[in-house]
Amino acid sequence: MEHGSFTDNSAATFSLTEEDHTLANAVRFTLNQDPRVTFCGYSIPHPSNARVNIRVQTTGDPAREVLKDACQDLMLMCRHVRSGFDKAVEDFKASNAVKAMKIDSQDSDSEESE
Amino acid sequence: MGVDNSLRLDHFCHNFRVEVVRLTEEDMEFDMIGIDAAIANAFRRILIAELPTMAIEKVLIANNTSVVQDEVLAHRLGLIPISVDPRLFEYMSENDQPNEKNTIVFKLHVHCKRGSPRITVKSDELKWLPNGSELIKESRKVASDSASKPETYTSFSCSQDTLPEFANNPIAPKYPDIIISKLGPGQEIELEAHAVKGMGKTHAKWSPVATAWYRMLPEVVLLEEVEDDLAEGLKSKCPVNVFDIEDLGKGKKRATVARPRACTLCRECIRDEEWEKRVAIHRVKDHFIFTIESTGALPPEVLFTEAVKILEDKCERVITELS
Repeated sequence: MEHGSFTDNSAATFSLTEEDHTLANAVRFTLNQDPRVTFCGYSIPHPSNARVNIRVQTTGDPAREVLKDACQDLMLMCRHVRSGFDKAVEDFKASNAVKAMKIDSQDSDSEESE
Repeated sequence: MGVDNSLRLDHFCHNFRVEVVRLTEEDMEFDMIGIDAAIANAFRRILIAELPTMAIEKVLIANNTSVVQDEVLAHRLGLIPISVDPRLFEYMSENDQPNEKNTIVFKLHVHCKRGSPRITVKSDELKWLPNGSELIKESRKVASDSASKPETYTSFSCSQDTLPEFANNPIAPKYPDIIISKLGPGQEIELEAHAVKGMGKTHAKWSPVATAWYRMLPEVVLLEEVEDDLAEGLKSKCPVNVFDIEDLGKGKKRATVARPRACTLCRECIRDEEWEKRVAIHRVKDHFIFTIESTGALPPEVLFTEAVKILEDKCERVITELS
């Protein structure tokens, strides 16, 4: 739900239902990184209702597009986090397996893989 | 438009690192470097409240003559962690029939005979019923076609142990030694428990983590050279041995910061007056030390991956609503 002006679409408040600080703070952070944004913030009108208002004011671009781009950026960051994490877990498991093998084989002088 | 955003994203991708410190079946500790607090907190919140799990929700009690009241017993059963992958099941809404895709049925029947000593009912007494409920629903109408199977509280169309995931590993509580109740002679508990999928947001029994937390890496900086006696004093002050003494030769010693990660920020080292100007303590703003303790349904690295996927799904939902 977007609350804004029909004539000026560079500033709007987006009201998201079924959301809370989890998504809103992350989106606010990504919005702040965008150079087109002059003001962005979020508020929770009442803690009992699962509703979040995100305010976006830009330097001319439609606020809707800027918010969409911020969400896209957040998605890309998440994907990057996921791949980095998976790789780190794999490396850790591999290096642990190597260490276990080195302890098992008493007379090994195998090179260490880092 | 795209140029500025992609520059930032490249900057993030270039600086971001994950280092796993400890990984076991039950818990893991890893470092995320180059991320912001907002996103790290989002992951923590999702891990605690928005990852689905299976937990006992409905308890059909046929007989309970123990000292533990029905509702207390049901509450305790709900908190028992069940070792099953929740991704294999679907959510059950109010209008759904309980079937093999959204319910797991357990049975508990313990009887302490007269004359025998007291028994402790532990969670390994919960037996999995792969064919569904065995309690028969009483229907008012006199069914003339009662030659067919009597109606029970669930309608399983096929047995759950025909599914490949459960064929050789039966579903059971993760820990077999959780005390559910205690029975004296002559007391009996007979009940059926139905487990469904849910999220920690609704009730904490559905939280897949014992807990998940993060802390930021402490940074201890020596503003001036701390030598000789002062160095010894500094080293002895710290209860977790963050500082070390380095010998410079000719009897001179110097204090160095050896293990900033172990620092608990107790501030013992700057408690006295003059130490404030020699030692500065703060936190590195983008280095998060995450610890995830799983209750056993899923291993911790899978939990984190699922949490990141859930954040992606949330973003996607917002994007589709905006388009």
